[in-house]
Amino acid sequence: MSDSVAVSIQRSVSVTIDGIEVAAPEGSSILQTCRSQGIDIPTLCYMETLTPVNTCRLCMVEVQGSRTLVPSCSRKIEPGMVVITNSDRVSESRKMVLELLASSVDMSIVSDELAGWMELYQVDKERFGPMAAPSSLGERETMRAGHHHKSDGSKAATVFEPVKIDNDQYVRDYSRCVLCYRCVEACGTDAQNTFAIALGGRGFEAHITTEFDVPLPESACVYCGNCVAVCPTSALMFKIEHDMRQDQSWDESRQTITRTVCPYCGVGCNLEIHTQDNKIVKVTSPLDHDVTEGMLCVKGRFGFEFING
Amino acid sequence: MDLRTSGKPASPEEIEAVESVISILERPTGTETDGKGSLDGRGIPFDNKGGHRDLLLPALHAIQERIGWISHGALDYLSLQLGVAPAETYGVASFYSMFSLEETPKTVIHVCDDIACRAAENGEPAAAMSGRWGAEGDGSGEVMWVRSPCLGRCEDGSAALVQRAGMPHRRILVAPLAADALAVELEKPVHDWANTESFRVPQRESDPSSLRLLKRVGVADPTSVDSYRSHGGYRALRRALEIGPDNVIREIKDSKLMGRGGAAFPTAIKWESVARNTARPHYFVCNADESEPGTFKDRVIMEQDPFAIVEGLTIAGYATGCEKGYIYVRGEYPLAEERLDHAIHEARSKGLLGNRIFDRDFDFDIELRRGAGAYIAGEETALFNSIEGKRAEPRNKPPFPAQAGLFQKPTGVNNVETLINVLEILEIGGLAFSNIGTPDSTGTRLFCLSGSVSEPGLYEAPFGIRLGELLDMAGGVSSPKSLKTVLLGGAAGSFVGPDQLDIALSFEGVRTAGATLGSGVVMVFDQDADLDQAILRIAQFFREESCGQCVPCRVGTARQEELVLRLSNNTVIGSRSDEIALLGNLATVMRESSICGLGQTAANAIESAFKLGLVRG
Amino acid sequence: MVDPRKTTSAQWANVWLGLDVGTDIALANTIAREIIHSGLANTDFITRATSSFEEYAKSVEPFTLEEGERLTSVPAGLIRELAHSYAKADRAQLCWTLGITEHHNGTDNVFALINLALLTGHVGKYGSGIVPLRGQNNVQGGGDMGALPNKLPGFQDIETDQRARLRFETRWGASIPAKRGWHLSQMFEAMERGELRTLYVIGENPAQSEANVGHAIKLLEGLEHLVVQDIFLTKTAELATVVLPASANWVEAEGTVTSSERRVQRVRRALNPPGNARDDIEIVCEIARRLGHDWGNPTAEQVWDELRSLSPIHAGMSYKRLEELGGIQWPCTDENDPGSLFLHGRLWADPVVGPLAPFTPVDFLPALDTLSEEFPIRLTTGRRLDSFNTGVQSGGFASPLRRPETLNLSPQDMAKYGLSDGEIISISSRRGSIEAPVLTDVTLHPGLAFMTFHFPDEVNTNILTIDAWDPKSGTAEFKATAVRVEKLGSQTELGRSSSKVEALS
Repeated sequence: MSDSVAVSIQRSVSVTIDGIEVAAPEGSSILQTCRSQGIDIPTLCYMETLTPVNTCRLCMVEVQGSRTLVPSCSRKIEPGMVVITNSDRVSESRKMVLELLASSVDMSIVSDELAGWMELYQVDKERFGPMAAPSSLGERETMRAGHHHKSDGSKAATVFEPVKIDNDQYVRDYSRCVLCYRCVEACGTDAQNTFAIALGGRGFEAHITTEFDVPLPESACVYCGNCVAVCPTSALMFKIEHDMRQDQSWDESRQTITRTVCPYCGVGCNLEIHTQDNKIVKVTSPLDHDVTEGMLCVKGRFGFEFING
Repeated sequence: MDLRTSGKPASPEEIEAVESVISILERPTGTETDGKGSLDGRGIPFDNKGGHRDLLLPALHAIQERIGWISHGALDYLSLQLGVAPAETYGVASFYSMFSLEETPKTVIHVCDDIACRAAENGEPAAAMSGRWGAEGDGSGEVMWVRSPCLGRCEDGSAALVQRAGMPHRRILVAPLAADALAVELEKPVHDWANTESFRVPQRESDPSSLRLLKRVGVADPTSVDSYRSHGGYRALRRALEIGPDNVIREIKDSKLMGRGGAAFPTAIKWESVARNTARPHYFVCNADESEPGTFKDRVIMEQDPFAIVEGLTIAGYATGCEKGYIYVRGEYPLAEERLDHAIHEARSKGLLGNRIFDRDFDFDIELRRGAGAYIAGEETALFNSIEGKRAEPRNKPPFPAQAGLFQKPTGVNNVETLINVLEILEIGGLAFSNIGTPDSTGTRLFCLSGSVSEPGLYEAPFGIRLGELLDMAGGVSSPKSLKTVLLGGAAGSFVGPDQLDIALSFEGVRTAGATLGSGVVMVFDQDADLDQAILRIAQFFREESCGQCVPCRVGTARQEELVLRLSNNTVIGSRSDEIALLGNLATVMRESSICGLGQTAANAIESAFKLGLVRG
Repeated sequence: MVDPRKTTSAQWANVWLGLDVGTDIALANTIAREIIHSGLANTDFITRATSSFEEYAKSVEPFTLEEGERLTSVPAGLIRELAHSYAKADRAQLCWTLGITEHHNGTDNVFALINLALLTGHVGKYGSGIVPLRGQNNVQGGGDMGALPNKLPGFQDIETDQRARLRFETRWGASIPAKRGWHLSQMFEAMERGELRTLYVIGENPAQSEANVGHAIKLLEGLEHLVVQDIFLTKTAELATVVLPASANWVEAEGTVTSSERRVQRVRRALNPPGNARDDIEIVCEIARRLGHDWGNPTAEQVWDELRSLSPIHAGMSYKRLEELGGIQWPCTDENDPGSLFLHGRLWADPVVGPLAPFTPVDFLPALDTLSEEFPIRLTTGRRLDSFNTGVQSGGFASPLRRPETLNLSPQDMAKYGLSDGEIISISSRRGSIEAPVLTDVTLHPGLAFMTFHFPDEVNTNILTIDAWDPKSGTAEFKATAVRVEKLGSQTELGRSSSKVEALS
């Protein structure tokens, strides 16, 4: 290559992971280091293309000298660090975190990877009792901070509420929201810089929202769908997919994914075209492609209807 | 950023309220379209370009005070002026319990419903309030009342914060709360509404010489810098300026002062790492967001000896090379805020803040910031976010504040009690200070005694005093019934039994006993006390005060409350021992995997209560 | 950020220069003079790697900051700020879109920018350069493949590069005329003269996209034979003698496209084309066969490999490598070549490899469609976020952002003409009149109007635009039209409030 990009010389740092000494480039996170060694660490809020927010606490590991467990996604390795990823202490925590989520959120449509971890940690979503009924639309959103509906404790509180359908491109099913912050990051400085959504409320009633919970068409949303792309639990979903799931015609076994290039402007964003029965049912973009690392605009994401006809 | 708003207009009053806060900003004159170009700052000031987002909370306060709630139009107007997306502003406003996002009566009474007040009121403030002002949260009349977490008047046994919006507006803290008396007060013209000022420092009468940190409380006039100086004020700063920043830190190091905020971190190490950091500017923050249930010590100091805090912060700023200090006082403390504000202005007018303090080559000023109803804002990194105009969500550490704190700059942060210890250290010398207390817990400690003691109030004693001795100082258990338990350290602390009265109240002493000093809470329960209520309240408290960021705390505190409810109602799922085991399991994960101290300690008191068998079930 | 409108990007910018439409050369020359006079020119680079500097310096001499302000309306201080920060930057790129090229002097506009890059040495280095941002996914690829009147694939000149031409002739077994063809604007002129009577249009909709479109349609209608190959029955196709239904080449066919950054990437077939639609290659080969030339039934890869054998800058780009590397930026001359992040690195070799880079002095000429008392408003055209060109593709999806075409005016002009949002007005230029609702747009300054050309069926903006074109590039002056507005007295509902929508334009 004819470029002269200055490559800063990265020093290597030596750490011990599960008893084995490994070296990794300075500045790597514990998670990156582990994954480069083939050590499986479950993650939920973490995504390679977004700033780690370490809120889900699924990727916790033991670090010698640390009183508490440590989020591997955001903690950088340090020379001589001793990390344990597979202790009972770690497993207990991961199991409990998944159970806390599964007991309060609909996690029925998640990635195979996440489903695998839920199986691995034998997640019992009813460990905290039967799940409480859904709230009515807008109920959770208008709860005054620092207050909550008092219950008798017989049912496990959930975030269930009706699906929000306010445009033809994507729906918001916050019953599936694990509050990973990914959509807010993608809508904000990590990708789109539109800031149409934010965290609202507090505590268990915290939720993703527009200002005053206005419908998306009244918000700043530009329908890039980058929030949909990063959502790990299908809380944000193409309306086509939502409708097909409703009428039970959604069938991933009949779908193919083809990589191509967006037909609109000259940026050259790569598209993954999901087709079923010779129709486009979803558009994603590969995370590992350096043109946009998974992000698209409204045209590339949703502007394919002219093909479906 | 596309700043797009609803187009809903703000009223002239709302605009006036916002402008009262942000009029200091330079903004484009006329409409943007007049220009054929603009430099950064002449256009819309954007948050991501070093804008003025930190004015968000003050401006929200201004709208809330003027109107009584924050309308869509007002929120949009504020967002556009500060270059913050409306969704973000909404996210911030909806985080804090003192902001209302729906139309609310001009007068709102926040009635303390926390552990101490519940115990004193036998669990129910509701009857008296409802009788007069309708059901909780009923906004149909002119006055609305809602429950509130601890208002820091535990020694008085019941309390309420009244927020009155309009022109003029007023916030008063009243205790003890009597609905009838309050109703009379609310009949008066608004500007006459008075805080019920009181401080209970029984040692003032019995043994004034034992007071070091509280020596001026009730003696010096808290509104007069001259009075403060005539009682020894500003001797410490003068000495600091004489010996220089390095020697100040050396004195602190010699004193072995540990932070009084709960984490018990050596103060000198904190200061040193800020002082040595080459990044600029440096900030020093005084954490006056005292919100731990059962705690009122910082309030008493702020109300009665505010100049001490100004002086202590000035010294901290001097030693650590800071240009600017912040005091973040909780929104529920109107009198404390008033006194601090006055003290800062007075100090500034006397050349004790600002440029060339004491005519030395030292410039330092202090900005007072007000919380808006969020316990979590007392966590230091959450507090930084709050000052920056964000949701008070704690940050993951590292990086620590000394590396990247407020505005991502090196920041020192201490709470009120820690800072006033600095004055004592500089007056008597670090080594002398280190001889007070125990070898590992030097100096004196403030204790907030409430509940079933004869003389509730604020006490000061050297570290190492036995719990029983402290209770004796307060006249012992007040009722004829004997002691059942003591909540030590607050909601984030733990219960200890009557057999543990010989615990030495030092960092190491309580650690050995598996307890914590926390914020110095010593809440006493006699045999008649309804501990189920107290424990349930603690569970509710953490659920309601969790910021909601991390799963173990957000969901864990909800599950904990449900478990406590089931255990105390005896409606367990499976066996009782299964449920207790699950509670323990949950406690472990919350402690080990939560982001911050809130989640990490949210199960402590509850777990200890079950261990002591305090829950009936 | 230089743009007559205070667009979203301008709102992000550290400095925004809201110049008058069509004054780009005046701005560039003023910047150049300021750089030279402040001693910020990269004299080392100029001496070593460029030619004609003296002539250039002389040509920009009249463009003082004051003169620049007078010509462009941009405050002199801001021009100075831009000049200094551009000259002093470690790395700097000049990126532009059609606001530079869609003018009667678009090529000169580009030369003016190239001159700035040469003046400061911001070219031929990582992170520096001059970058036309392409508005369509394969506009670069079209040029790469020789869809230019004077180039063979790989930018090999049809008139001057005899060896290249010979290679193509040998490979194809046919002779290639050593004479450049017509570009689009010349084709329409040739239609007017009656010299061009048959037209084969592939994937283009000139009946809606041409400037002064009423005139263009007349010419298309006058053709003896019009063939249109497209995935839609466009307005142009409706005029055609023969319509060849094609497949969508990004999702119904295999092939490659080239993005703005010269990155060649694979497009792939995910769907079967509808009905009788066929692959472009298949259609072209079938036509060849009917014309008596059997080209067989080549796959897209076979066609591409032929291209690689003839275009040196593409030689190293096998389908396999394009796949593995996620696309390759040309030039890529062999299968070990990773491609090129940037061009013109040769200018930094010592001594310079190849010819020196010439400064090209350019004169400032204002927009041809002059403002007058009769036509006092400057109309400029552009796109909105969720729509694309004449809307044949983007019209297919129910974008929540979409709203009808409007003429956008500054708040001041709305007041001046006594107009209210949604009011239907008449908009006239020297070429024609149309009707559209009017909308307040805070991103515009007084005297400036904005429209898109996304909804030609409802509001045919290009009735208004001028078909004067740049003699060097053949691109018409879409960006600068003189118009007037008149009240008609009817009203329409626009739905969303203007403040929310306009920032997206």
